[in-house]
Amino acid sequence: MKSSVIIFPGSNCDRDMDVALKKFGFKNQMIWHNDKSIPKSDLIVLPGGFSYGDYLRCGSIASKSNIIKSVIDFANSGGFVLGICNGFQILTETGLLPGILQQNKYLNFICKNVYVKIKDKKNKYFKNIKKEILELHIAHNEGNYFCSKDELKSLEDNTQIAVTYCDQKGLENDENNPNGALKNIAGIFNKNKNVLGMMPHPERMIDKYLSGEDGSLFFENLLGNLQ
Amino acid sequence: MKIKVIVTLKNGVLDPQGKAIQQTLNGMNFDKVSDVRQGKFFEIEVKENDETKAKSLVDEMCKKLLANLVIEDYKIV
Repeated sequence: MKSSVIIFPGSNCDRDMDVALKKFGFKNQMIWHNDKSIPKSDLIVLPGGFSYGDYLRCGSIASKSNIIKSVIDFANSGGFVLGICNGFQILTETGLLPGILQQNKYLNFICKNVYVKIKDKKNKYFKNIKKEILELHIAHNEGNYFCSKDELKSLEDNTQIAVTYCDQKGLENDENNPNGALKNIAGIFNKNKNVLGMMPHPERMIDKYLSGEDGSLFFENLLGNLQ
Repeated sequence: MKIKVIVTLKNGVLDPQGKAIQQTLNGMNFDKVSDVRQGKFFEIEVKENDETKAKSLVDEMCKKLLANLVIEDYKIV
């Protein structure tokens, strides 16, 4: 399986993602944002970071970069696109995913481990994961997911909510919502479920000694499902 | 020609920064402040002498980049 990680000026999780993808068997290549095309890939990843210094709105400038047209074409033709953190913000700004990530409700940058509940397993990203709740890491200032009532209804009707913030036992409430996200949303799919954007970083949870291995589950599973 | 744009959050969209500013103003004894909404202001120099054409170009820029219509409204002034 071939993957491509796009690097924007200000990306800072691109190399972590590269390490994670390679560790679980992807043949990964790094692609510069100014390139016009992407080599043949089974998966494109938009990594976390602060592309273009978060100017204007997080992800807005990156969503107009040279490479993005190829990413949109790839996604629209059914290709798998994963956006983590800033990558999620970029995906909403391109329109591939609905809604927007606003500033965290309590105006603080949050950097900690959280639990997320997998809401849908009928997709290549989470199918066959044995767990219902994953422990992952978040690090963001703008993760407060918001969309219109109509969009929310459409997300719910089409089971496009991928993961939600919860506690260790899966309880989703305000107390377990770190950033004020609508309905505790931590990640969503597009309608066809080939595009996934999420705030938590699975690539930071791939070592049993340093972090935890729920990220490993995610990548192993994704590779298996894409094959 | 210089065109000015104001981008603000839509009514009903939570503005935590505006809220924090309001609370600070209240704390500074500006008791009469009951709400603050924070926004963005742009001055765009357009190589176009026809005001209608310039504004229509800026309108397109607002829709495509300057504002995110999910949460923001814009006003060309």
